[in-house]
Order: sequence, then structure tokens, then C-alpha cells
Amino acid sequence: MLDYLVPGLMVLCCALALGKRRDGYAALLEGGKEGLKTLAAITPALVMLLTCLTMLRASGAMELLSRALSPALKLFGIPGETAMLVLIRPISGSAALAIGAELMAAHGPDSLVGRTAAIMLGSTETTFYTLSVYFSAAGIQKTRYALPAALFADLVGFTAASWSARVLL
Amino acid sequence: MVMSWVFAGMMLLSLLAAILTGNGAALSAAVGDGAQKGITLALSLAGSLCLWTGLGKLMELCGISAMLGKLLQPLLGRLFPASKTNEALRGCLSGNICANMLGLGNAATPMGIAAAKHLARGDTANDELCRLVVLNTASIQLIPATVAAVRAANGCRTPFDILPAVWITSFLSAGMGLAMAWLLGRLWKNA
Repeated sequence: MLDYLVPGLMVLCCALALGKRRDGYAALLEGGKEGLKTLAAITPALVMLLTCLTMLRASGAMELLSRALSPALKLFGIPGETAMLVLIRPISGSAALAIGAELMAAHGPDSLVGRTAAIMLGSTETTFYTLSVYFSAAGIQKTRYALPAALFADLVGFTAASWSARVLL
Repeated sequence: MVMSWVFAGMMLLSLLAAILTGNGAALSAAVGDGAQKGITLALSLAGSLCLWTGLGKLMELCGISAMLGKLLQPLLGRLFPASKTNEALRGCLSGNICANMLGLGNAATPMGIAAAKHLARGDTANDELCRLVVLNTASIQLIPATVAAVRAANGCRTPFDILPAVWITSFLSAGMGLAMAWLLGRLWKNA
């Protein structure tokens, strides 16, 4: 069933656009260009961060870090190996992507750690960055409870990701 | 600036750990190796990312985005009562939420900022603005294309099989975030 979701969606979109006599192909190209621009913009970050992460892994620091943090994470059922991802995810999107990719490469994309990392990446956002963009654009200085509520949402996301990786797949 | 500290900290940590464990050779090999991995990752993401941002744009054009907006209208009216009377706000809000759901980050942010400006009163965040920010800091993306691309790049044959788990997780995280915002909003009466 899930096999037909993505191809079906593609056909549906093209058909709908044609039905409205709109230039769907031009929209595809325009969107694709934007995606590649975004990728080009984050590529230097991916290179720097993967260098750093590979060093962390090779030096043994990654393992030390996940061992140090795993007792706290275990309380929520979050695998200790994802410690780095949990810490960085709210701060930097490209760094989180690099960490997730490194975890998937090191443990395998279909391993429990790999799937947990993927679900975490897909269901959380760069909280601090988003928060500061919105509030500074709207001229807000007193943010009241926005940050604690947003961080709570992240914690729920990390916990739920760990549980759903175990139960659903 | 935060990332400068994080980056420096991670570098220092790997140097110290390598000295402690005697992994110097592995550390120095990791430098060039990691840089190459970064480029390999970027290249292996390029195809999927290009395709999916294109599809996102197409979904916007063919009216799927507007349909989503209509479906969400009752919910948005409840979360943001001001949008019932303010049509411009309603437009930005539903545009922001739909673009987020379709994974069009570049389109979502300007509309979200416009909505935030409509909602803002003075320099203190009100409940509706906090809700908008919490919704935007919790990912509500329906198709996490970038993550699926990373999985595929690592040799996963079924990169989209995480979809149900991602949906449930996103729903729980955004829902609990909003619930927490509601709860804290009652305690923080100084707006």
C-alpha cells in the first residue's frame, strides 16, 4: 500500500494541474531549482560537520558521550547512541542532518538506532532558530512560555520517535 | 554564534578523547575522510531533494495546498480565534501551515512571519503568537523527503517506511506542545 503512495501522489498532482490547465512541469522545475539552491547553501555545513563527526567517532569521543548521557536518555526510552542528535537538533538543522546521516551510516539505516534517528529528524524542527526568526521578525522581546512549550514538544517528539521506531517497524 | 561554540567543543572533545585512548592515527585519517563524506552526502541528497521540492511546488499549484487549508480551517479557527475575523491573517496562517505540511520551508517562513506580525501586539508574545511559534518549531511535515533521501543514500530499500511512525510522532509532539502552551498560558497570566 505504502509502495503506491509516492508514485500515486505524483500522478495525482500532475493530473490535477493539467485539469486546471496550469503549467505543472514549470512548477516542478522552479521548485527543483529552489531545492538545489537550499542544498548548495547547506553543503559547506555538511562538509564541516561530517568532518567533525567523523573525528568524534574515530577518537572514541562519540561513544564516551553517548555512554555518559544514556542513563538520562534511558529514562525516556531514547537510545543512548542518539544523544548527540537530541542535543543538537533544536540548535542547528544542517548539523542535525549530518549527525542523523552519520548515525545511519554507522549503525545501518534499518537498525533501531538508524530508524530512531530518521524518525526524530522527520518529526522535529530547529526550535531555537525558528523561535528567534519569528519573534525577532514580529518585534517580540518577552517570549513568555514559548520556549519551554517548544522544548517540551521536542522532548515528546524524541521520546515518541524512540517508541514508534521500536513498535511500528 | 552558538554553532561556533558547539563546533569548537566537538573538535576539542575529539582531540582529547583521541589522546586519552591513543586513537591519534584514526583521528587524523578521519579528517579528510569526513570532509569527503560530507560531499558524498550532499550529492546523494541532491536528486531526491530536487524532486521533492519540485513536487511540493506542484502540489501548491494544483490546489492540494488549498484543499489542505480548507480541511484545516476549523482547527485553525479554534487555535487562532483572531483569524476568524481577519482574512489576511487567515490567508497567511493557512499558507504557513500548509507549506510546512508539504515540506516547503522556503515558502512557509515568510507566510509564518506575516502571520506573526498580524498576531503581535506590543513587545510581549500573546497566547496566539506562542501557539503559532510552537506549531512552527514542531515539525508537521507530511512527507519528510530529506530524511527519506538520507536513508536511501545509506542503502535503505524502503526509505518511506518510516512515514506512519513520523506522522504519529509529529502529531504527538505538536499536540503535546500545544497542550503545554495552553497549560503554561493559564499559569503565565501577565500578557
